[in-house]
Amino acid sequence: MDLSIAAFLTQDGVTNGAIYALLALALVLVFTVTRIVWIPSGEFVTYGTLTLAGLQLGKPPGTIGLLIGVAVVAAIVESFATIRDGEWRRLPQRLALWLGVPLVIAGAMAWAAPRALPLPAQVLLTLAAVTALGPLLYRIVYQPIADASVLVLLIVSVALHLALTGLGLWFFGAEGSRTPPFTGATFQLDAMTFSAQSLLVVATSIVLIGALYLFFGRSLYGKALRATAVNRIGARLVGISPSFAGALTFVLAALLCAFCGVLIGPITTIYYDSGFLVSLKGFVGAIIGGLISYPLAAAGALLVGLLEAFSSFWASAFKEVIVFTLIIPVLLWRSLTTRHHEEDE
Amino acid sequence: MKSRAVAAVAFAVALFALPLIAPPFWVTLGNYIGLYSIVALGLVLLTGIAGQTSFGQAAFVGLGAYTTAYLTTQYGASPWLALPAGLAITLVVALALGFITLRMQGHYLPLATIAWGISLFFLFGNLEWLGGHTGMTGIPALTLGPIDLKDERRFYVLIWVVTLAALFATNNLLNSRQGRALRALKGGLEMAEAFGVNGARLKIIAFIYAALLACVSGWLYAHLQRFVNPTPFGINQGIEYLFMAVVGGAGSVWGAIIGATLITLLKQMLQDVLPQILGRAGNFEIVVFGVLMILLLQFARDGVWPWFARWLPRRKPPPVADAPALPGREKTAAQDGALLEVRNVRKAFGGLVAVNDLTFEIRPGEILGLIGPNGAGKSTTFALISGALPLTAGEVRFQGESIGSREPYRIARLGIARTFQHVRLLPRMRVLDNVALGAYLRGRAGVLRAALRLDRDEERRTRAVAARAISRVGLAEHQFDDAVSLPLGKQRIVEIARALAADPSLLLLDEPAAGLRYREKQALATLLRSLQREGMTILLVEHDMEFVMGLTDRLIVMDFGEKLAEGLPVEIQRNPVVVEAYLGGV
Repeated sequence: MDLSIAAFLTQDGVTNGAIYALLALALVLVFTVTRIVWIPSGEFVTYGTLTLAGLQLGKPPGTIGLLIGVAVVAAIVESFATIRDGEWRRLPQRLALWLGVPLVIAGAMAWAAPRALPLPAQVLLTLAAVTALGPLLYRIVYQPIADASVLVLLIVSVALHLALTGLGLWFFGAEGSRTPPFTGATFQLDAMTFSAQSLLVVATSIVLIGALYLFFGRSLYGKALRATAVNRIGARLVGISPSFAGALTFVLAALLCAFCGVLIGPITTIYYDSGFLVSLKGFVGAIIGGLISYPLAAAGALLVGLLEAFSSFWASAFKEVIVFTLIIPVLLWRSLTTRHHEEDE
Repeated sequence: MKSRAVAAVAFAVALFALPLIAPPFWVTLGNYIGLYSIVALGLVLLTGIAGQTSFGQAAFVGLGAYTTAYLTTQYGASPWLALPAGLAITLVVALALGFITLRMQGHYLPLATIAWGISLFFLFGNLEWLGGHTGMTGIPALTLGPIDLKDERRFYVLIWVVTLAALFATNNLLNSRQGRALRALKGGLEMAEAFGVNGARLKIIAFIYAALLACVSGWLYAHLQRFVNPTPFGINQGIEYLFMAVVGGAGSVWGAIIGATLITLLKQMLQDVLPQILGRAGNFEIVVFGVLMILLLQFARDGVWPWFARWLPRRKPPPVADAPALPGREKTAAQDGALLEVRNVRKAFGGLVAVNDLTFEIRPGEILGLIGPNGAGKSTTFALISGALPLTAGEVRFQGESIGSREPYRIARLGIARTFQHVRLLPRMRVLDNVALGAYLRGRAGVLRAALRLDRDEERRTRAVAARAISRVGLAEHQFDDAVSLPLGKQRIVEIARALAADPSLLLLDEPAAGLRYREKQALATLLRSLQREGMTILLVEHDMEFVMGLTDRLIVMDFGEKLAEGLPVEIQRNPVVVEAYLGGV
């Protein structure tokens, strides 16, 4: 390996690592606020890529049907809960939120699909649709058992992952998609070639991380989520609704995953079942941060990206083996540095 | 009891008659159900009982299958030698994984098993000498002496004999000394450790047990199929194994069999029906499985076995036979000096100093009371002595030995037993079994002896010890009730019985009189005095002044983490500093 190959692999690794970092941040966010180990995050990534790919081909993407179906179920669950609590008067408002908003997004997408809108508009639509799925699925799947143990929530997550993979096959089909790069430009710096595409990915990640930092540091909602992460009961006592915190968390997390999907599309071909491996790479990063530290999770994800790039050069068949075996020394290190705790049952 | 035996015999007859009468298709399904049940049984122990989980069991199945495939085809080894080889490899891998992950919170093990399951899948698929993605063929059929097991119907018998043996062993294990401790791991780790259970070690044992069962299933699979490839050992199959355990009901061994049967039949049915309904082929049964699982965990978390169990007569607990007591502790009578010394102990939580420079001693044979207003640091002191919290500074010595910052289960071994301020009983377990957990350190039986049912004599003696402790505290008529069915006051008394079953020389009681009625308090005081007469030393943290003043020999008064006063109850009552601390100055 010479320097130019190393530079190329590093660039590749950092680009992938930046995407995994977004995912790792979403996973840490979801875990700290809701205690959910969010295995299905990968499906949100694939839905993001496949939705954008559909729009670019001028086909109505499967996301439309998926969004309508999920919104109808969420509306039924929400109406049932509202009627059970005797809050008839709030029903229209809640239906507008849980059914109306998703239907508007789905309608906009159906309208836009054959019209070959400019790329930024397509990206916006994709982000909106995939983001909407986050809180909807939280409402249906997790909110009814929000107080269950971490283990039960984890098993539910795995079940949801399976269901979403199967639905992905139904709505998007078995063939893979790769979206065209946002830009083909390259430029030289000394002897090294940088692709603008890579820079765009890294810059987007940095901007998003900065935005998150501001959101959590400055905004009231961000602070509410941080409070919930630190002490769930305490946050409830000062008036932060746990279901609101959960839904808001899933808006943010799904948005991050949708961004990952848009960014990863030009790099690899994404199939309906590619999400699992992607999300697990995010998890390896997040676990390096103990599932609680944002900066360590982002750094860990970067490490995963680099490791993946270099191992695909040296031993491409064993790429996944190497990346997932990394988790073992990481866990060993964490296990030796933390004293064990009582399980939260 | 009788009708349960009838049900069991009917099940066995139906089970072994199947290959004689059913068409080959059903025999094949029966074989798979057996193989899956073996894996699911391990998950019952690991997930349903011990509260840990693994999505990587399929990888252990793969280890069993690939080991025998490799050894028998490449070296012509006998399958019967390949089995122990596979078990040895599985043991090493499970030990390493367990050691790494099981000391941490519950969600790291499942995540690690997902990662390791995927790694192993790609490893099997990419190693040339293991046949890559196409796998290995030509695995020999099993022979058992003169009997050739090539025929699926014969193999069926072998599979189900192994399955029933695994069922029997797992069931024995659940009703044993280690089984009680395993049950306590789920939600009662701190309590179990206070009675000498090494939680981390026991979790690793449960993980290894589940892994070894999976390995046996893999070995059988390889010789049934006679070829292996990576697909059935991937992560999706690992997820399916867990679903089987959860759907069936991970709290019972029969849940494993029911779950394996239901999922296998359902999958078969869906693969036939779904393509016709949907009009296209694909892996759509996973949607049904996923949704089913979500609904199940939302509405019926205990799986379907409880529905079946309702139709079976509830098993009556066997009566407690009179048996000689378990070996107890040598009573070192009339010791000189202090039994327990607390010297300059300090505990800080960040900037908050909960206990500051506290020094006192407990003399052998006395009842010492530790009192103080709310927030005085009594409970923290209690936790420091019992090892539930590590010390920041200072020293705690028990019989001259330094025990500060030792793990609770090591402290328990020295003869210190405790109760909890917030009752820590296992709610769904009988009072008798809860109390028997207290005698954990007085028994010896390990997992293997329990699984093979060689622990029955010790088990009889344990039950006798527990029953004696229960009747001593006056709850004999409740010994077969579930702990949760007792009122809170009585549950506190059960806690004391559990501590007594440990035969301690120092008894630590954390607010034992809270929630008791007047007469119950009197009975408790009588009990504690009679224990004292037998030579037991007692430390009592209590709020109830009347109770404390009438019972204790000496009192320590704490306020703001420091010792305010020490002396006889009458002296304390007259001490102006104490009066001021309680009444805020007059």
